Amino acid sequence: MEALAQFFAIYGSLVNFIGINAILALSLYLTLAAGQLSLGSAAFAGIGGYTAGILTMKLGVPFLLSLVAGSVLSGVVGLLIGLPVLRLRGVFLAIATLAFGEVVRITVLNLDITGGAQGLVGIPNHTKTWGIYLALAVVGYGIAKMRYSRLGWCFESIREDETAAKTMGIDTTYYKTLAFVLGAMLAGFAGALYAHLNYLITPREFGFSVAVDLLIFNIVGGTRSWYGPVLGAVLLTALPEILRGTGITAGPIRMAVNGLILLLVILFLPNGLISIFRRTGNNPKESAAAISEEA
Amino acid sequence: MLLQVKDVTRAFGGVKALDGVSLSVEKGEVHGLIGPNGAGKTTLINVLSSIIAPTSGEVFFDDRPVHTLPAHELAARGMARTFQNIRLFPAMTCLENVIAGQHLVAPRPFFPRLFCLPSARREEKEYRRQAMACLARVGIEAKARFQAKALSYGERRRLEMARALASRPRLLLLDEPVAGMRRKEVQEVGGLIRSLAEEGMTILLIEHNMSFVMGLCSRITVLNFGCTLITGDPEQVSHHPEVIEAYLGVSEKFALNRRSDGSLWSHGSCARHFFYDQRGGN
Repeated sequence: MEALAQFFAIYGSLVNFIGINAILALSLYLTLAAGQLSLGSAAFAGIGGYTAGILTMKLGVPFLLSLVAGSVLSGVVGLLIGLPVLRLRGVFLAIATLAFGEVVRITVLNLDITGGAQGLVGIPNHTKTWGIYLALAVVGYGIAKMRYSRLGWCFESIREDETAAKTMGIDTTYYKTLAFVLGAMLAGFAGALYAHLNYLITPREFGFSVAVDLLIFNIVGGTRSWYGPVLGAVLLTALPEILRGTGITAGPIRMAVNGLILLLVILFLPNGLISIFRRTGNNPKESAAAISEEA
Repeated sequence: MLLQVKDVTRAFGGVKALDGVSLSVEKGEVHGLIGPNGAGKTTLINVLSSIIAPTSGEVFFDDRPVHTLPAHELAARGMARTFQNIRLFPAMTCLENVIAGQHLVAPRPFFPRLFCLPSARREEKEYRRQAMACLARVGIEAKARFQAKALSYGERRRLEMARALASRPRLLLLDEPVAGMRRKEVQEVGGLIRSLAEEGMTILLIEHNMSFVMGLCSRITVLNFGCTLITGDPEQVSHHPEVIEAYLGVSEKFALNRRSDGSLWSHGSCARHFFYDQRGGN
């Protein structure tokens, strides 16, 4: 027990960050699951974080309500942005969402209510470690169950072949927008949790590099299953501490190791680290079992 | 009349891929759509399934105009299709491909699954049984756990049919269902199409394999350069001089070798052999 308390005293904030990053990675996973490459997750987290922070700090709104408000506002912005930009595909969508992220960051930087470059200071610390992991468990479970519901099959079909999905009766515009909005809401929720974890948040924490980090979590972990992004987030968030344990503390080397891991995963495990654990399933003998499985 | 195409034109820039095509498909018939390469057959199927919009003209499905509907609503009204260049979901298994194709007939609600209700489990089991039945129908149930990209060419075509059948369509559009298949496979798919038609499904199919089309279709429409040449039964079509000309062109050699009755696909005719060699089929 003492050892655990000591562990938390040293690594408590790291454990919290891992949880938040895992939820953020899952928010991007929701959008990627429908085949939409978005770089806007960090901006949505920012919208959620600032909204919730301002609400609890300046208006005295209860913490839980601020979480809801943060996710909802993020979702509404996601809907407004998603409707026009989801007409774009692939890298064009990525660029459009990237531009959106910059617009959000610069807006936050120049508003008075958000505290500008100094950030929003004095947010009450309501987020607890158990709260983060409870949220992560609920979100992870929900996404895992969603995979085999109609919603999950629609996302999967659209990712594999949008035209074919259409001819099977799937309203691709609706489901793509839904994936985008759900992702935005979850990112907003994670951002709201994050805001109440620290005393302050600054625009920089929701910038481009965070959006790319989230994408890297997904790629390294694997986007074929919900636990891929979680695995990626856990590994890469803990990496600096692990490296410090092995005696490497310098910042630039950490980035190099990050890049090396990404490179190795892309080269040798194109479906991410989870492909180590998953069977490829090309065995005819398993056909009969497939009928009752995964219900 | 299940499907009616009225004066449909589709232009790609200056090229008129379809130029005033009219066509009607009766309920329960197997209707063939043939024509030389570039005649506009696939463009017509794409217009019918709303993958592309017609430049002008109208399409009626069940006597209701559908040419302005998006593709997914057309599917919801009972139209399913396959693609000439096979569009499966490559990373999914065969069974999963068919499950994805069940979108319109299997609601698979989220919340009963979230709470692991027994009703969800029962439902899922039934849907999976139906999906396996679709695979069995096209004869690839042994490959249920294989990824679609691991299948042979012919198996992919059949999987695409199984996926189309999963939505229980009333009209099935098949774009070259037996292209690249072995003779035995061709016969199996022919038998499948016949049995589907006997169950009341209407089928519109494009195919270059003439013996397949002639043996299967009750009526055939011939397209050439985006225009309808003729619609008729196999006998009429195979004797039609313009059809023969469209496929083979007119040259002295073939004009001489053509049988006196003008039949293109009767046994022993030189034109027939030329035709088959051209297509590389069988």
